[in-house]
Amino acid sequence: MMRHLSMFAGGLVFGLGLWISGMSQPAKVLNFLDVTGTWDPSLLLVLGGAVCVTVIAFRFVTRRPLALFGGALQLPASQDIDTPLVIGAVLFGIGWGIGGYCPGPGLTALSTFGRDAIVFVLAMAGGALLHRWWRGS
Amino acid sequence: MTIVNFTPGPALAGGMLIGLASVWLLLAHGRIAGISGIFNGLLLPKAGDSAWRWAFVLGLIAAGFVDQTVFGAAALPGSGLSIGWIVLAGLLVGFGTRMSAGCTSGHGVCGLGRLSVRSLMAVLLFLGTGMTTTFVMRHVIGGAA
Repeated sequence: MMRHLSMFAGGLVFGLGLWISGMSQPAKVLNFLDVTGTWDPSLLLVLGGAVCVTVIAFRFVTRRPLALFGGALQLPASQDIDTPLVIGAVLFGIGWGIGGYCPGPGLTALSTFGRDAIVFVLAMAGGALLHRWWRGS
Repeated sequence: MTIVNFTPGPALAGGMLIGLASVWLLLAHGRIAGISGIFNGLLLPKAGDSAWRWAFVLGLIAAGFVDQTVFGAAALPGSGLSIGWIVLAGLLVGFGTRMSAGCTSGHGVCGLGRLSVRSLMAVLLFLGTGMTTTFVMRHVIGGAA
């Protein structure tokens, strides 16, 4: 139970960060991506602020053998810059640039019961399942 | 280029909260806060592997209610995009983040935090194609979107 409450709190704080920073607003994200037009550089500071915290704290956290709730840290093993990484990131960027939604803002925007958020999240689930089917697993 | 609506204070504060939450997930649970990956595990889940994912996603959604209650934030305005564009955006984000195994959080916040060159490459690519796509949508296709 504590474990799930802690996970809920993690999601809550992450989500509040998205709302406070403005990252949850697709219009603001699209203005960030619109470098040649109405540019809003705020999102550089969102990513910059987040990465400052993780760069410093991860150095200490990754030295620990176990997580606080037990179990080993599950860090991605792959370091390869391979074709799926490149093509996947390109496709994701195109989708992001169309709607201004990446997965976190899409999910937290479900709280508004807005049409765009609901349609986006359903389509995102469809895209993930399509990838699983295409990969054959 | 015109700089509009630049909000450095809230952007930095919100970004640091996102970073803190990501540190907590790794420290307490040993998990990378990669939202596309956490969400993907909820689709046709393996037994015993979905409760923690639901807890995180529900927290993420609850944040929207808290924000609306505490800060009285107005509901998000619709993008003005037709439903077909939103479906296309969702399909590309879902497929692309699974193919590259990460999104803005997994590769961006956590991958860069781990000084992963693989994640840096992903971030540069999705920022570059995101900017290119928005340019095309707004300044080439224009009113059609």
